Amino acid sequence: MTGEIIKVGMADLNVIKHPGTLTTLGLGSCVGITLYDPVTKISGLAHIMLPSSKTIRNNSNTAKFADTGIAQLLEDVLKIGANRHRLVSKIAGGAQMFSFSNKNDIMKIGERNVAATKEILEGLRIPLIAEDTGGNFGRTIELYSDTGILMIKTIGHGTKQI
Amino acid sequence: MGISIEELDSQQIDVLKEIGNIGAGNAATALAKMIDRKIDMNVPKVEILEFKEVAELLGGPEVPVCGIYFRVDGDISGSIMFLLTLRSSTTLTNMIMPSNDGLEIPDEIGQSALQEIGNILSGSYISSLSALTGLDIKISVPSLAIDMSGAILSVPIIQFGQVGDHVLLIETEFNEGNNEVKGFFFLIPDEDSFEILLKSLGVLQ
Repeated sequence: MTGEIIKVGMADLNVIKHPGTLTTLGLGSCVGITLYDPVTKISGLAHIMLPSSKTIRNNSNTAKFADTGIAQLLEDVLKIGANRHRLVSKIAGGAQMFSFSNKNDIMKIGERNVAATKEILEGLRIPLIAEDTGGNFGRTIELYSDTGILMIKTIGHGTKQI
Repeated sequence: MGISIEELDSQQIDVLKEIGNIGAGNAATALAKMIDRKIDMNVPKVEILEFKEVAELLGGPEVPVCGIYFRVDGDISGSIMFLLTLRSSTTLTNMIMPSNDGLEIPDEIGQSALQEIGNILSGSYISSLSALTGLDIKISVPSLAIDMSGAILSVPIIQFGQVGDHVLLIETEFNEGNNEVKGFFFLIPDEDSFEILLKSLGVLQ
């Protein structure tokens, strides 16, 4: 693996040209969204927290929300030379870390984040080619610009590549 | 209209600190009774931090921690999270359950003991809050998870995230002899409840 490893924090996003790796650590109910152009190997990663910027008063941080975060990520990968029609996406996260017997909207935030993410990708006609979402455990993800492979690491639930 | 953490003035922060102090004091007393040993407690630190600073405080987003989570209902609604470093969680289980001695991660019985400890600590914290404010506040049955700190913290942070980019946290250290237990309380009132809370404490018009 060559190139730099760039960390993306919570409610944050970043894009890189090949070579390099994008990573975000400890995804819980948040969703990690990657965009990848297999020809230029331009890669982008966003770590969103909430489904929609429209229902929130304080919405100045675009990377915090699925709707504005994906739009910003798309704009940023295109800006550094990715081709709109070649872009593919992979997503991971959206877990429910704590379970309660009563159905509570706040606890289902992971599920809602994943649903919103898929809807937005579909609206933008970006194919979602792989996902590792749901469950009740945290994930660290790494996107390798060399191959577009997304590595997923967990505590007690193994590692996998998608 | 709700009030967000960023908008608090120094007097309001002082009052919240004092509540943290009293609540943690009662929690320490409850813990001492439960394990029948003397517990020392430092003055809790109350801090308002940005999201990204919180995980760093625990050693980074990938460090395993133990989180115990409750819903709060009654005159105010919201959540409470009691967070322990993994080391503190094993120290705690070892204090009350010798069968857990030497385990790296608490076993099933150890985890259920931790839930109970979390229950007692949060219960005493909430009852002091209730006594100080005159508000009727109840807490749910706890739910426990041991995982990466970033993943565990995403739960309270997302809830705070609906109103701002900062969290209010109370850091408490308990000591029993040489055993040190470091815990963090997050009190997360839902948007309108924060205002009710501050009003009932007399620090908001």
